[in-house]
Amino acid sequence: MTTTALELPANVATWQRLCAKADLVPFSGVAAWLEAPSGAAQVALFYLPGHTPELYAIAHADPFSNANVLAYGIVGSLKGVPVVASPLYKQHFRLEDGQCLEDENVKLRSWRVGFNGNEVWIAT
Amino acid sequence: MTPATKLNLIIIGNGMVGHHLVEQLVEADALEQFSVTVFGEERQRAYDRVHLSDYFNGSDAETLALCDADYYVRHGVTLRSGEAVTAIDREAREVVTSSGRYGYDRLVLATGSYPFVPPIEGRERDGCLVYRTLDDLDAIRSAAEHASNGVVVGGGLLGLEAANALRGLNLDAAVVEFAPRLMPMQVDAEGGELLKEKIEALGVQVLTERATQRIEAGERSRLRMVFQDDKVLETDLIVFSAGIRPRDELARACDLAIGERGGVVIDDACQTSDPAILAIGEVALWNQSIFGLVAPGYQMAKAALATLLGGETRFTGADMSTKLKLLGVDVGAIGDAHGNQNPGARMFRYLDPLKQVYRKLVVSSDGKKLLGAMLVGDNGAYDTLLQYYANGIELPAEPASLILPNTSDAPLLGPGALPDTAMICSCHNVTKGGICSAIEGGASDLAAIKGTTKASTGCGGCATLLKSVVDFELEARGVEVDKSLCEHFAHTRQELYDIVRVEGIKTFSELIEKHGAKGAHALGCDICKPAVASILASCFNEPITDAAHIPLQDTNDTFMANMQKNGTYSVVPRIAGGEITPDKLVVLGQVAQKYALYTKITGGQRIDLFGARLEDLPAIWGELIAAGFETGHAYGKSLRTVKSCVGSTWCRYGVQDSVGMAIKLEHRYKGLRAPHKIKFGVSGCTRECAEAQSKDIGVIATENGWNLYVCGNGGMRPRHAELFATDLDDEALYRTIDRLLMFYIRTADRLQRTSVWRENLDGGLDYLKEVILDDSLGLGAELERQMQHVVDHYQCEWANAIDDPEKLKRFRSFVNDARPDPSIIMTSERGQPRPAVTSSH
Ligand code: SRM
Ligand SMILES: Cc1cc2nc3c(=O)[nH]c(=O)nc-3n(C[C@H](O)[C@H](O)[C@H](O)COP(=O)(O)OP(=O)(O)OC[C@H]3O[C@@H](n4cnc5c(N)ncnc54)[C@H](O)[C@@H]3O)c2cc1C
Ligand code: SF4
Ligand code: FES
Repeated sequence: MTTTALELPANVATWQRLCAKADLVPFSGVAAWLEAPSGAAQVALFYLPGHTPELYAIAHADPFSNANVLAYGIVGSLKGVPVVASPLYKQHFRLEDGQCLEDENVKLRSWRVGFNGNEVWIAT
Repeated sequence: MTPATKLNLIIIGNGMVGHHLVEQLVEADALEQFSVTVFGEERQRAYDRVHLSDYFNGSDAETLALCDADYYVRHGVTLRSGEAVTAIDREAREVVTSSGRYGYDRLVLATGSYPFVPPIEGRERDGCLVYRTLDDLDAIRSAAEHASNGVVVGGGLLGLEAANALRGLNLDAAVVEFAPRLMPMQVDAEGGELLKEKIEALGVQVLTERATQRIEAGERSRLRMVFQDDKVLETDLIVFSAGIRPRDELARACDLAIGERGGVVIDDACQTSDPAILAIGEVALWNQSIFGLVAPGYQMAKAALATLLGGETRFTGADMSTKLKLLGVDVGAIGDAHGNQNPGARMFRYLDPLKQVYRKLVVSSDGKKLLGAMLVGDNGAYDTLLQYYANGIELPAEPASLILPNTSDAPLLGPGALPDTAMICSCHNVTKGGICSAIEGGASDLAAIKGTTKASTGCGGCATLLKSVVDFELEARGVEVDKSLCEHFAHTRQELYDIVRVEGIKTFSELIEKHGAKGAHALGCDICKPAVASILASCFNEPITDAAHIPLQDTNDTFMANMQKNGTYSVVPRIAGGEITPDKLVVLGQVAQKYALYTKITGGQRIDLFGARLEDLPAIWGELIAAGFETGHAYGKSLRTVKSCVGSTWCRYGVQDSVGMAIKLEHRYKGLRAPHKIKFGVSGCTRECAEAQSKDIGVIATENGWNLYVCGNGGMRPRHAELFATDLDDEALYRTIDRLLMFYIRTADRLQRTSVWRENLDGGLDYLKEVILDDSLGLGAELERQMQHVVDHYQCEWANAIDDPEKLKRFRSFVNDARPDPSIIMTSERGQPRPAVTSSH
């Protein structure tokens, strides 16, 4: 298997396939189930065609409600930085690293992701 | 952590001023030097006492709180709420509470004051209350439940506020004042007389020159007040509001210097007679004065901070000018309002007994400086007069022009005329100069200026003045005052609406490309995307689930269901007019059973099925649509319900078929997207069982047709709808509503309900009538055409999605795994499901 198609620098040993590119919704989010050796997790995947990077992965769980909903928030940018707004209580989270903009003490888990052909791969 | 090197700072009192000191400490990074412990006797953390009365108008302890729940924890400050300090041991430098002794290096008293209850015999009886804390208000609320009337003892500022609160609790209210007039501190005899008239006109009884001798058990009511001349007044409850007294008991007991009439004596550094102990706020006595307002307390907190950290700031007194709206009556007092502190002062007075307005100026003997002013009935001149007073601006040649009505040459002090030293926000000590430096430092809009200076984040009294100064200064610097929707569009919602219509723009990406932010900003955000989605839907009514529109929608619209707090969704089929066949009721029951949904009759006369899992939504809707249901748009900023009463078909009083009309209206306007949600009501006669006058559109049957009421709502700030047109026939009714709603959709701001829109319309209801009924703008036909387009293009969004496998792909919990979200767990209550884990929010 080759990982050269990955846009992100690949640490070969830890990358795994997550879903198909066709599963993504442009300019919005979808949730994926991640089964990794370190444990399972719910991942919110965001796809912004034409932007750099195009693909982001942060935790799907909203820390303010404990509900798994962040993939369903509205995606946008604040001061040029891509964010998602929680659909429940509207806090913004930076797609790049999961940082909450309203509360500096809250930062979500984030993953490195990239395309491998028509597949989405994730580093765990 | 090196606790040994930190000094222990204890603050007694977690009220407004004590909390302000904590904020100042946090901001000054003083927590690196001090380890801070705050003791608060009240159960709640610090809250906004100034707006205490809002507690009776929908605010709760949480909305009144001055900081979020974990503010103290986050900054490493120990807050012990509900724990009073009972003694101070100055020798040991310890405070004593019920839980033990705590050592301090520095101690701050911020214990505020308590309401003074005159030593009247019987004042301990049940039903005798005070008005200072949230607990006091709870006590008043519960006493009011079994009461029909109430008396406030004390006709000062707080007394009138308490009387208003009693009125709000549906009690007949009276105010008993010892002095010959109301608000003796702020107004003179003439002003007091006017104030009394105005307040009596509002249905509050005012008794002046009344000294209560004793309180005994009543005959008709719970209590009876006996006055000096043996006259009596029966009442169910009494609220004492006869002034405040400093809570100096701890200070007295440990022999700190106390003023003759109470109050802990402090110097300019807020130090008491023991240099280790400071006092701030209403407990402190500075230069023989107690300051019963929050702004001077905040200034003391700043001085105390400087004393603790070795800074320069000192407390040098404070202006006690006040502007109030009491029971809807304006009262303002500036400086030496009575004119008795400045020998030789001259006075100008203006009294209009018809309009019930009184204004007084106190002017220096040479007529050049304003020394004080008093306003009753209209505070319009307050801001201008305060600026003359506070900044020593020279008065115009005819000072009277400042208080006379309609004199076109009355020099209004615009923001430009104010000197840099002009105090704009006294709570946070922000001058006009401070605002200018904030702007020069890069703050380029109101929000940023509030953020850097904190102006207008205290009592809020300076909001209008602040905005006018900010707008003026920004414009003077060539900054166009920003009315942009958000950082992606420099347009108002109305401008965007016009662009979309005129240019026929059909997608968000086209709009942002042509008129919005570029590059990395071109993503939009959670403000502009739903707003544009709504505009596009209002104009073209394409399904919101089309691929181009999907990323724009609020989550609820994306899934055509309301998201609940545990990540499940609610299903609300349309039940037009509240009418439903038994067959359909059965189907709702079967679907709820099959998918384990909680069912409830809503406040909108329909049935809500809660707790649906994302992946079940398509199947649920498939079954509902097969049974003839369609979407109820409970998720959308769109028409919700048309509530009806049973009307002439069944009711002995009904004069028209209100159910039939409600159903017709609901089907006509269903699916109409608007700046906010829209609700209708239709009643079959004037008894108004459908509560139509609390709706955006209210229709009430008459013998001759329909009366139309517009722009009401319930919710956070209820407003009655206003009568708009009478005796309309069916066609005229549709036409008028078509025009009105389309005009609203065109011109309202985002998330502005019809009531707020109507309040902000220049020219008010009359203007609206001209545009809609008389067609003064010549828009009528166009508005009707647009509405007809929306009506003709209606599709049930769920029916549209059910047939489209592409659209259904979104309804999976995980795109790569068939399992449902395993963390949604239900339990049961009263025989129905409910979320098992309550959220941490
Ligand atoms: C279900 C229901 C309560 C019930 O159990 O009865 C309800 C539930 C919600 N209401 Fe309501 N409202 C419901 C009737 C009302 C009513 C009564 C009425 O319609 O006659 C009112 C006051 C009347 C009015 O709107 O003027 C009402 C005033 C509000 C408000 C305050 C609006 C305001 O202008 O102040 C909100 C907040 C908002 O819309 O921004 C709100 C918002 C909400 C939301 C959407 C909150 C949210 O964003 O999650 C709730 C969604 C629950 C859900 O998950 O489905 N709800 N809500 C009622 C649904 C009616 C329906 O069949 O569609
Ligand atoms: C209804 C109402 C309306 C008002 N409206 C206005 C207005 O419009 N404008 C304005 O400027 N001001 C207004 N005020 C006054 C304003 O609220 C006060 O000036 C301000 O709250 C004073 O702050 P403080 O911290 O000194 O006292 P407080 O806010 O009273 O706080 C003192 C706190 O210390 C606690 N405490 C006392 N003793 C102890 C102890 N031994 N141990 C532990 N805790 C203790 C008390 O329980 C209290 O919580 C209003 C007040 C009321 C009641
Ligand atoms: S509003 Fe009139 S018609 Fe409707 S139920 Fe009430 S009394 Fe009957
Ligand atoms: S004067 Fe109180 S907030 Fe500005």
